[in-house]
Amino acid sequence: MSILIISEHDNQSLKPVTLNLVTAAQQIGGDIDLLVAGENAQAVAEAAAAIPGVRKVILADSAAYAHQLAENVSKLVVELANGYSHILAPGTTTGKNIAPRVAALLGVNQLSDIISVEAADTFKRPIYAGNAIATVKSADAVKVMTVRGTAFDAAAATGGSAAIERCDSVHQHNDVSFVGEALAKSDRPELTAASVVVSGGRGMGNGDNFELLNKVADKLGAAVGASRAAVDAGFVPNDMQVGQTGKMVAPELYIAVGISGAIQHLAGMKDSKVIVAINKDEEAPIFQVADYGLVGDLFEAVPELESRL
Amino acid sequence: MKVLVAVKRVIDYNVKVRVKSDRSDVDLANVKMALNPFCEIAVEEAVRLKEAGTAAEVVAVSIGSKACQEQLRTALALGADRAIQVDAPDQLDSLSVARILQKVAEEESADLILLGKQAIDSDNNQTGQMLAALMDRPQATFASEVVVEGETLKVTREIDGGLQTLSLKLPAVVTTDLRLNEPRYASLPNIMKAKKKPLEVKTPEELGAQLAGGVQLLGVEPPAERQAGIKVSSVEELVDKLRNEAKVVA
Repeated sequence: MSILIISEHDNQSLKPVTLNLVTAAQQIGGDIDLLVAGENAQAVAEAAAAIPGVRKVILADSAAYAHQLAENVSKLVVELANGYSHILAPGTTTGKNIAPRVAALLGVNQLSDIISVEAADTFKRPIYAGNAIATVKSADAVKVMTVRGTAFDAAAATGGSAAIERCDSVHQHNDVSFVGEALAKSDRPELTAASVVVSGGRGMGNGDNFELLNKVADKLGAAVGASRAAVDAGFVPNDMQVGQTGKMVAPELYIAVGISGAIQHLAGMKDSKVIVAINKDEEAPIFQVADYGLVGDLFEAVPELESRL
Repeated sequence: MKVLVAVKRVIDYNVKVRVKSDRSDVDLANVKMALNPFCEIAVEEAVRLKEAGTAAEVVAVSIGSKACQEQLRTALALGADRAIQVDAPDQLDSLSVARILQKVAEEESADLILLGKQAIDSDNNQTGQMLAALMDRPQATFASEVVVEGETLKVTREIDGGLQTLSLKLPAVVTTDLRLNEPRYASLPNIMKAKKKPLEVKTPEELGAQLAGGVQLLGVEPPAERQAGIKVSSVEELVDKLRNEAKVVA
């Protein structure tokens, strides 16, 4: 068996989720190759080649792949697919955009967001927003799947020295073009990669009060997230949302402040190692999943927490 | 411009799903069903395009047993002009659905195909992308804004790091995210009117669509329950526990 992993990157650095995919691939078993499709992405390919256990890195460097457009990358993957038993993409917005296109072009179904490897053809994946876990078996000749990064430990990032092979094929769909992007800028770690996440909910009252969480986050080197209620209320931008329709996180420590704990939110954070809840309502469902619950006024508790850290 | 909207009948999002006692699947017997929330947003977007004079006709399509006609009537009540039910087993796999939709889109000469980004039952997030691939047309998934400029769409997408804007030439496939719009409620007169709008029934065979399969559901289990921990009485105690018991802060 051999496995092709579609690497997640921004043309400059390899995103950590790729390391989680390597672990998933190791559990499936077989040779592991990484595809880096991008523009001026040599540094990414070098980082990928340093992951122990990788057989080779395929670098497709072209303007056509600069923005990971699914129309272009999917055709490249299909061209490279021959000989691979598995094709893995991260369960990110990029991976989810590309993988189904690859599967359809190969004439197979696709498995989304796998959370465990039971056998080389059998996997577990959450359905109904994580309220049920399905075990699925694929009889397709090539198994195309997206992997939920937080469900697998990160593989080591350095120590390997795989060869980097260049692929000069350029696939450019003429009817789609990149116009621009507005990426949230922050000095804090990315939500899905942070080892500590501090999130606020409707209880924060307004966007300005998130400054209280920012101060705690600065002390802990944490990312700041939010519940859908806080996003819908306009307190903070959408990309901060943790939950079923937002980001899935599983940090070492998750601090939920003024979050009641709707199913939608729990689906996005309940795999965190340690959960702390601060809420004035002692009946709030968040306390049912919290390792440490503090019933109290967040406007007193959070500044005190900051001062004690 | 002609808009095709694909909709799915799913469990109502307010219903807490339960796993069957034999763990073969989730229990959908006597459970309230509804239009998938992301599909509802797709219908709303299509209807707004029609109201703006951009779309000439909005056709809703659903694939499944006769029961899904209920959701097609909902789409008609929200403003779709006519509907097509493709009679097929419920819970068909994504590739089969995409192949059927491809045939319908071809038959209808649809310029824009709108779908929800995912169904809240299978949580697959695949069908729109597969359809676009089969048609070899551009896609804009997770859309939060769609602007039509002649034969071109400018779509803003919600991606992990923020927002991305793409330009697509029609025909194209767009899948909706939550913030694209806020769907209206169907008014009683419109619900009555929807009963008289045309609803055609077709089969995958008539359309010439080949079903796929390939993935077998072996079983379903409830997720691991997380045990509630303890309540601490003060911030001081909390910090002490985090430092010395959980050892997650320095």
